[in-house]
Amino acid sequence: MSLDHAIDILLLAFMAVIALAVVRLRDLFGVAMLFSVFSLLSAGVFTIMDAADVAFTEAAVGAGISTILMLATLTRTAREEKPNVSRNPALPLIVVSITGAMLVFGTSDIPRFGDPQAPVHQHVAPRYIEDSPSEIGIPNMVTSVLASYRGYDTLGETTVIFTAGVAVMALLGMRRTRRRNGQRKDTD
Amino acid sequence: MRFLQLYNYEIAIFLAMVGLYIVVSRGNLVKKIAGLSMFQTSVFILYISMGVVDGGSVPILTEGVTRYSNPLPHVLILTAIVVGVATTAVALSLVIRINEAYGTVEEDEVHQQDESF
Repeated sequence: MSLDHAIDILLLAFMAVIALAVVRLRDLFGVAMLFSVFSLLSAGVFTIMDAADVAFTEAAVGAGISTILMLATLTRTAREEKPNVSRNPALPLIVVSITGAMLVFGTSDIPRFGDPQAPVHQHVAPRYIEDSPSEIGIPNMVTSVLASYRGYDTLGETTVIFTAGVAVMALLGMRRTRRRNGQRKDTD
Repeated sequence: MRFLQLYNYEIAIFLAMVGLYIVVSRGNLVKKIAGLSMFQTSVFILYISMGVVDGGSVPILTEGVTRYSNPLPHVLILTAIVVGVATTAVALSLVIRINEAYGTVEEDEVHQQDESF
């Protein structure tokens, strides 16, 4: 077993422990912080698995911006989660266990981790790896696929982000103008 | 050894199920969103694990390297991370609006107020 594989196993085990801690923790500030650590660990896992671009993005966007958004929400809402009395914890646990068991069963015969003969490496990937440096002229294959071969995907992504930005402004920006209108009525 | 060969997939499934459990069993809306993001991250790990090749290198053209990892899952997940944050931002601003309208972010209390009308 190589060192890479050992680090991969250790980081993923950390992530599992943090996930369980998030379930148990009732302080939402703590949840936001643990979630940031969770994202940073996943960025480490991506680095070990040769996905440098994904690791950059996850560290900046997942561990950074997501945490800031969550903290900003906490300043405007409650800081503590209230204990739930009316809910039965057994039913979700049963549903989740059955779903998890089915997924484990479903993944039991997929190609092993790192198998070079796996079907995922047979279709378009060899073409991207062999031809993209000469066809696009960029040494980073992820960039050439993102911006050229699958450029329409990226255009769609930009549309989604724009729509999300408009939605956030509609939800939070409108309220301010409404309050301002209300104040104006009071002064009249 | 079969367990170690599929270890990444098993952990991804475990994280997804923990995320699903948080979404289903917890009433606090902020925590539900944290669970949803956790589910998302587990899918990212699942995809990136599939792109790994034994002895492969980062898919950036380097002299002397002949074997690269699969760049396609990396591209798909790069898009998914950014879209995931955008949807999380919309969800969190919805939570802020719910808190303004109902004065609480607990799902049970929101339902109680709805029924009392």
